[in-house]
Amino acid sequence: MAETPDEPTITREAGIWRFIPAVIAALVTLWFTKFISPVANGQYPEYVVTWVESAGVSFAFRLDGLSLAFALLICGIGAMVFLYASAYFRSDRRLLSLQLTLIAFAISMLGLTTADDAVTLFIFWEGTTITSYLLVGFDHEKETSRRAALQALLITGAGGLALFAGLLIMGGIAGTYRISEMNLLGETFKSHEMYTTIFVLVILGCFTKSAQWPFHFWLPGAMAAPTPVSAYLHSATMVKAGVYLMARLMPALGGTDLWVWTLIPFGAFTMILASVWAMRQTDLKLMLAFTTVMGLSMMTMLLGVSTNAAIAAAMTFLLVHAFYKAALFLSVGMIEKGSGSRDYTKVAGLSRALPLTTTVVGLAALSMAGLPPLFGFIGKEMIYEAGLHSHHAAMFVVGAALVANALMVACSGMVAIRPFFFNDQQAPKNNPADPGWGLWLGPVILSGLGLLCGLFPGTIGYTLVEPMVLAVAGEPMEGYLALWHGFGMPLLLSVATFALGALLYFGLDHIREFLFRIEDDVPETERWYDGFLVAMGSIARNGSILVQNGSMTSYLRRTFMVMAILIWVALLSGTWTWPAFALSGELIDWAIFLLITASLSVVLGSSSRLAAITALGGVGAGIAIIFVVYGAVDVAMTQLFVEILVVVFMAIAMVKLPVTGIARFRPRDAAVAAFLGLGVTMSMLMVLGTDIDLSLTDFFVEKSYPEAFGRNIVNVILVDFRGFDTMGETAVICFAAMAAYAVLKAGRKVRK
Amino acid sequence: MEIMLAVLAGALVAAGAYLMMNGKTLPYLFGLTMISNSANIIIFASGRLTFGKPPLVPEGEKYIQGAANALPQALILTAIVIGFGLLVFALCLAYRSYYVLGTIEMDQMHSSEPGTEANPQ
Repeated sequence: MAETPDEPTITREAGIWRFIPAVIAALVTLWFTKFISPVANGQYPEYVVTWVESAGVSFAFRLDGLSLAFALLICGIGAMVFLYASAYFRSDRRLLSLQLTLIAFAISMLGLTTADDAVTLFIFWEGTTITSYLLVGFDHEKETSRRAALQALLITGAGGLALFAGLLIMGGIAGTYRISEMNLLGETFKSHEMYTTIFVLVILGCFTKSAQWPFHFWLPGAMAAPTPVSAYLHSATMVKAGVYLMARLMPALGGTDLWVWTLIPFGAFTMILASVWAMRQTDLKLMLAFTTVMGLSMMTMLLGVSTNAAIAAAMTFLLVHAFYKAALFLSVGMIEKGSGSRDYTKVAGLSRALPLTTTVVGLAALSMAGLPPLFGFIGKEMIYEAGLHSHHAAMFVVGAALVANALMVACSGMVAIRPFFFNDQQAPKNNPADPGWGLWLGPVILSGLGLLCGLFPGTIGYTLVEPMVLAVAGEPMEGYLALWHGFGMPLLLSVATFALGALLYFGLDHIREFLFRIEDDVPETERWYDGFLVAMGSIARNGSILVQNGSMTSYLRRTFMVMAILIWVALLSGTWTWPAFALSGELIDWAIFLLITASLSVVLGSSSRLAAITALGGVGAGIAIIFVVYGAVDVAMTQLFVEILVVVFMAIAMVKLPVTGIARFRPRDAAVAAFLGLGVTMSMLMVLGTDIDLSLTDFFVEKSYPEAFGRNIVNVILVDFRGFDTMGETAVICFAAMAAYAVLKAGRKVRK
Repeated sequence: MEIMLAVLAGALVAAGAYLMMNGKTLPYLFGLTMISNSANIIIFASGRLTFGKPPLVPEGEKYIQGAANALPQALILTAIVIGFGLLVFALCLAYRSYYVLGTIEMDQMHSSEPGTEANPQ
């Protein structure tokens, strides 16, 4: 886990260029705002480039309510994060690489949320996986960072593969990869026999990305990243991709029993689990990470409920969460820069020294706790409203939301009250003070937005929430966003939440003590992951030790064995036709046969190396005689020359190499060799038993003299018909000679 | 003769494989030679055997009838030369490996294998 604060490598301060990414992101945000009014009026701009036409894949983008809201969040929060990063890493030589990676990540995320083609979407999805790997592992010199980055990569990457399979099946069924067209075929998907498969695959992708149990553990681990990265990845972007995709595909896949009864229980369970463990954390950033898991689970659960009101609540909460979570992450960085620590136990009573930080954290935390008049209050009211009217397990949903929200109230107290109020000032730094404008501007805007949206809910409702709900639910939003919905159950539940939250906050020390005590006994899915990795490693290790044992002779033995088996498989699976040759021959045939077999037995059995080499020459000479007798004069000549050279070279090598004892008989090797040799003999007999097609030979015989003017047909083939082949052969010999020369002449170091 | 050649080809391959599995560099090279010889015999015999009539077009004629199959002979010529090149290179490697690694035992040459010392060079 990320208990160590970021330690920048100090160098010269970066130049003015460091603000470029923030400015560009701000400009792109402005550009996207011009689409707000067309999208709200039902005009969705599209941009399509044909890509793989034969597979029906296109590079398609479409901006509907959901995509636009994400695009604004990604660019808007991106601008603030870039600005923050340029101040946070002002004197760090890694600033440029951080900025570039963040930009690559932002582009991937933007592509992912605006893509209208399943394959395009997947490519950007993987883009976020890879860039987030680089971002989480930014402090790559730390073991914990590398481990966290790899964990995030493996889990989200594995989920990505499942998702890809699911998307491909969907494309196959729909006959199109355009998501907007798939979403019109909801009934087809839901009644299709492959629905369960698709659902499981897609949800695996979403759950891994959005850190739902049992994959939740990578997200707190990913806090190893520097603060600006965490703020970006965990507020509006990376982890929300899973929620985005669930919402995106809701018209196609949502609302079934399977959907409802997967999303609600997993969402509710992860939500409560994460908010309980959030209270245990000492590192404020890590605490926020757990509340992020809680926020994602809340959205998952609400999407599971599937009613119009629930979708509206989920979308509202998505915006609420993006504002307060980005603000809180960034302001935890402000606490750290201002006071020297972000450890819950090391900072206290900072309100006088850090007034601005106190205000920002306070506003954001009030939104997280869901207190009026902040945006969080509206979100929470809508969640209760949706839960109460759920068609499935209404009481369960409301109960889970109540517990989780109360825990959020306590967590808000942890981050906003303890470090600032009711205690004497305590900080590692001697003179704690608010950090510079680059660090506070972003958080101030974000927490300010939380307040503004709470005060003027109608504006954000009309511009963003209603188009989002229309995109996800496929029908206009029922109801509207308002701060005051009158007296009713939701308000009562809110009051209950605050009461329970306050109670939890005052009992916080006892609860934390209790959590510390039981921590080690609670089963953690991270251990399954670790166990799985260890098992993979040992399987790979044992496998390669088994296959690659370092003994060359065993490699050879296996190679020969495989060759022999392949030959015998081919023989036994074909039809047996014995050749019609009798075991008879001319006298000279027998003589050659005897010469070769006798030479062979000398090579195999002789204890004298010189005798063996001579006998090897005998084998070659015998073969040369075969060539002479059966009309291959040129071949025989070549064979003879080569054999002589071989014997000479072997003899030279023999002198240079040490004498070794007589080799003993090796039955196992003999068996393998005999098996192979017998296979060769048998297959050759089979070959000889079949008819031969001589058309190619006839061609050469007919054309040799009339066209190439050569009487020696073999030579004509070599230098004329197959001249290039011979040239290649010459080249091979030249290369062999050069390589041999190099081998012999390379450094003459001797080691005995 | 065909059966004899088939038996010889098999015997050469078997002897070659046996020698290659010996685990010392020199017998390995013997085995390599034998297997390439065997391959040549196989190609030659697969083109069928014709006793004593080389594929040479006589003076004053344009064709020759019933001569030995010329195509396998051309292939073998190439194969012999290439096999020779391979053998010489392997021979140099064997010589060199003895001088660098100090052994002719193939099973002791595992500097590139996992879990052993790095290559002494």
